[in-house]
Amino acid sequence: MANPSVHGHGPDGPPASLGPATHHPRQQHHFYSMGQQLEASILGMWVFLVTEVMFFGGMFMAYIVYRNMYPIAFEASSHELNVTMGAANTLVLICSSLTMVLAVRSAQVGSRMGQIVNLILTILLGSTFLVIKYFEYAAKFEHHLVPGPNFTPELPMGSQLYFSLYFCLTGIHALHMVIGIGIMLVMLYWAIKGRFTPDYYNPIEISGLYWHFVDIVWIFLFPLLYLLGYHFNGV
Amino acid sequence: MSSDHQHPIPSVGTYVAVWVALVFFTLLTVFAASKDFGSLNTPIALAIAVTKGSLVVLIFMGVRHNTPLTKLVAVSGFVWIMILFGIGMSDYATRSWIGVAGR
Repeated sequence: MANPSVHGHGPDGPPASLGPATHHPRQQHHFYSMGQQLEASILGMWVFLVTEVMFFGGMFMAYIVYRNMYPIAFEASSHELNVTMGAANTLVLICSSLTMVLAVRSAQVGSRMGQIVNLILTILLGSTFLVIKYFEYAAKFEHHLVPGPNFTPELPMGSQLYFSLYFCLTGIHALHMVIGIGIMLVMLYWAIKGRFTPDYYNPIEISGLYWHFVDIVWIFLFPLLYLLGYHFNGV
Repeated sequence: MSSDHQHPIPSVGTYVAVWVALVFFTLLTVFAASKDFGSLNTPIALAIAVTKGSLVVLIFMGVRHNTPLTKLVAVSGFVWIMILFGIGMSDYATRSWIGVAGR
């Protein structure tokens, strides 16, 4: 594919193996073919997602360091979290990943109604996640589990570090969810407009990659934050 | 006009099967966490999480159909974060060995 001798369109046009001679209206002039354009979009999105991995990685690194310093405090603090709500949110996100992938598939097979229905479901499930998160956060405030002067004194030293990381990690994750819902609203608008066809569905495809990435972050946050102290029996 | 890049579009059944597996692993990880396996609880939870994450990456994100370059970039995310954790912990985990101030 990466043949340096065929950069740009020569007088003879692109080589036959790289695509049709006439352009799809959605094909930008610097791509040989729709396929190459799609692969470039996907590659670019993955490069962004790797930077996101490193972004969350810094916070996970802090989690590892402080959990090793204060293992008992982390288990005792984790025991304060609501496992039912965390598990429910995990299932909500997994369901939203299914509807997301079905929305992309609907674009690939040319079903406009499939895209619309699945995108709406994805948006609703993402919103459900945030509503559950809201109730969890509210309970943390009520139970004096927010780091600061009003933090409960009953937990061992190091617990405020755990809750700082809890709010940082889940807060940044929730921010990603809010942005994801915003992106899906744009995708829904375009889907209603009929922008996506089996030949061109790049935006919904790479938006889906983002949505799945946010799901994967939660897949790791759930056991590390919520389940850590599930079997904890006291100090 | 179709693109030159044609891979089979996975069936709805494939995606639903992955969804069922993800739900199963979620319930499994909650069950596993309710038991006390001593120091093995976290490795078990991480093994399940990696399995779930791999299913999402390979099938939902469709990396198994992407070009080798995209696969390389996807794997590099994992490699870089392991470098971060590896070098990070080579500091913090070994400070007590020689009595360095700070830990």
